[in-house]
Amino acid sequence: MSREAILQAIRRGLRRGPLPADMRAMLAHRLSTHPRHLVPERARGERAELVSRFIAQARKEYATVTRVPELAAVPAAIADYLLAHNLPARFAMAPHPELFALPWAERPMLKPEARRAEPGDAAALTLAFAGIAETGTLMLPSGAERPTTLNLLPEHALVLLKASAILGGFEDAWDRLRARHRDPLTDGFMPRNVMLVTGPSRSADVEQTLELGAHGPRHLHIILVDDDSPSEA
Amino acid sequence: MDVRSTEFPRRADAALKDAGLQKALGNFRRGFPGRRAAALAALPEFDRLRDAARDIKNHTLAHLDYYLEVFARNVERAGGRVHWCSTAVEARAAVLAICRRAGARTVTKGKSMISEELAINDHLEAHGITPVETDLGEYIIQLRREAPSHIIAPAFHLNREDWEESFRRAHADLPAERIFAERRDILAEARARLRERFLAADVGITGANFLIAETGSSVIVTNEGNGDLTQTLPRIHIVLASIEKVVPTLEDCCLFLRLLARSATGQDMSVYTTFSTGVRRAGDLDGPEEYHVVLVDNGRSALIGTEFQDMLRCIRCAACMNHCPVYGAVGGHAYGSVYPGPMGAVLTPGLAGLAQAAHLPNASTFCGRCEEVCPVRIPLPAMMRHWREREFERRLSPPVVRRALGLWAWFARRPAAYRTASRLAVWLLARLARGRGRFAAFPLAGGWTAGRDLPAPEGVTFMAEYLRRRREGR
Repeated sequence: MSREAILQAIRRGLRRGPLPADMRAMLAHRLSTHPRHLVPERARGERAELVSRFIAQARKEYATVTRVPELAAVPAAIADYLLAHNLPARFAMAPHPELFALPWAERPMLKPEARRAEPGDAAALTLAFAGIAETGTLMLPSGAERPTTLNLLPEHALVLLKASAILGGFEDAWDRLRARHRDPLTDGFMPRNVMLVTGPSRSADVEQTLELGAHGPRHLHIILVDDDSPSEA
Repeated sequence: MDVRSTEFPRRADAALKDAGLQKALGNFRRGFPGRRAAALAALPEFDRLRDAARDIKNHTLAHLDYYLEVFARNVERAGGRVHWCSTAVEARAAVLAICRRAGARTVTKGKSMISEELAINDHLEAHGITPVETDLGEYIIQLRREAPSHIIAPAFHLNREDWEESFRRAHADLPAERIFAERRDILAEARARLRERFLAADVGITGANFLIAETGSSVIVTNEGNGDLTQTLPRIHIVLASIEKVVPTLEDCCLFLRLLARSATGQDMSVYTTFSTGVRRAGDLDGPEEYHVVLVDNGRSALIGTEFQDMLRCIRCAACMNHCPVYGAVGGHAYGSVYPGPMGAVLTPGLAGLAQAAHLPNASTFCGRCEEVCPVRIPLPAMMRHWREREFERRLSPPVVRRALGLWAWFARRPAAYRTASRLAVWLLARLARGRGRFAAFPLAGGWTAGRDLPAPEGVTFMAEYLRRRREGR
């Protein structure tokens, strides 16, 4: 049995047998308390500071960011984007209650289709679970309300991010997931898939020169809603 | 592990004379170190993070049996299966068995070094299953039937003409008159071609940068998005991972994520860092129905408890080779191993046996840059020295080298004889150089003098000069 063979070989190298119960209890405690390590300065700060750092980092990584004052302004921002890029009004949308709740009726030309992404999709809209300021990263957990393919298949990935969901560092985003998400299968907090996305897809495999749009989206457009603070510049 | 490292001297010689490769190496040397330095400048805590990362890896290795068991339990809780494999043979068989049971015809693959180490592609092909590499760099070298020359930039040795030539040959169904005016045309053609492959595949195979014990997750870090398409679209996802990839918690993983991309490509964060945990959940609209982790030892457990244990901290960022003067001169293929550069010079003898790879720990100037840039502080030069000692002990080095070392050792143990001999040699060489201060040619040193002059001693030995200064009280 290879499982035993591997475990035995490891213990032989460590010159010990299986760990005693008190040691195992100590390690289990470490797992359940999952202590943080040094969190860099750039992952900390006041909300307004974090929001502007998020925007600066995301733009540095070639994402585009539009800032709107309220959720009601989102359909207009999407219409503008689609028009500016000459894209069809029909697009895939994550079947998320917060996206359903947007005032789509005010833009009757738009045709959001609540579904997963399909190969021909030019654009898709999803909702970020969190934004991570230290690197301009979006956290996108999978689920019935957030299909993973929306993050991957379209040429243009549009992501709605609420300013109230912008956090400092990766650890803060995991804490938010631990607190707010229940996985039906494991009774833990991890969904099947969590993507941390920083900018649009790219490759530097040809002559060490960066080109955008490798296999994933060529464009990552973030619509940032100032839902918790008065809008600034 | 199939290695051709005994050919290192011949391959290195050929590499130095290969104009295309030398052009690519020029791009390479200009790129990576500068980008890494810029990323580090924006993270003042980098060195303290490295210390913490080293400590976490040491902690994990000291309790590896425990964390692997926790990891496996959590994979199973999320509906996945763990296949424990001691050897490459077992791992190849496990992958093939999963593919066969699924009736798979094509398998898409994300970039994975362990897959290269295990030669999974050859094994699948030999059994009638078509593996398709989807990382752009891996795709082109698969078309060209080459080995990767770098662990994160597998095709950096190719120039644009090589890409174009390979694409025209492999995609013969496309119009011959199409033009590749820019790099993006190459990218666009690969994207279109591989999209079809992603959608047709029955099984997707990825590697893992990390395994998280706490949650039973596998983590991949990519820029292209190919790894995500590979693991999302087919019905079955197979993760190939070696046992030392496990870290205890997500917080531990955060630490490594802050080091990995900065050390590798000089990005603050790679584009896609994805945590996969088990099978598609009830209600999910996409994702694989089966999730398998093929957990591979293949010689790693034998390094635990030896002077090479620290090598198991490696997170495969490639900073060591990106900063290595030897790698920068000859590229990756010369090493004859899937793991080139300083980390390969230590790991290859550990996995394939020293007799197969004794040249590699010698392919070093001992400048120490590799250790200086390593994000988990692996003492690479010290470990190369350990291999050299073992090489000498096991009489693997060539007779000329052994005799020369023996002669030197005889003198080194006899200080009086050593000083007399060196005084004589210095006097003689200074006379022979006749005031020119250098030799354009020298017996037995043709390799050196072909490229540059050999400096001649200037009269007295170090010890003579040292004693004189002490006498004069300086």
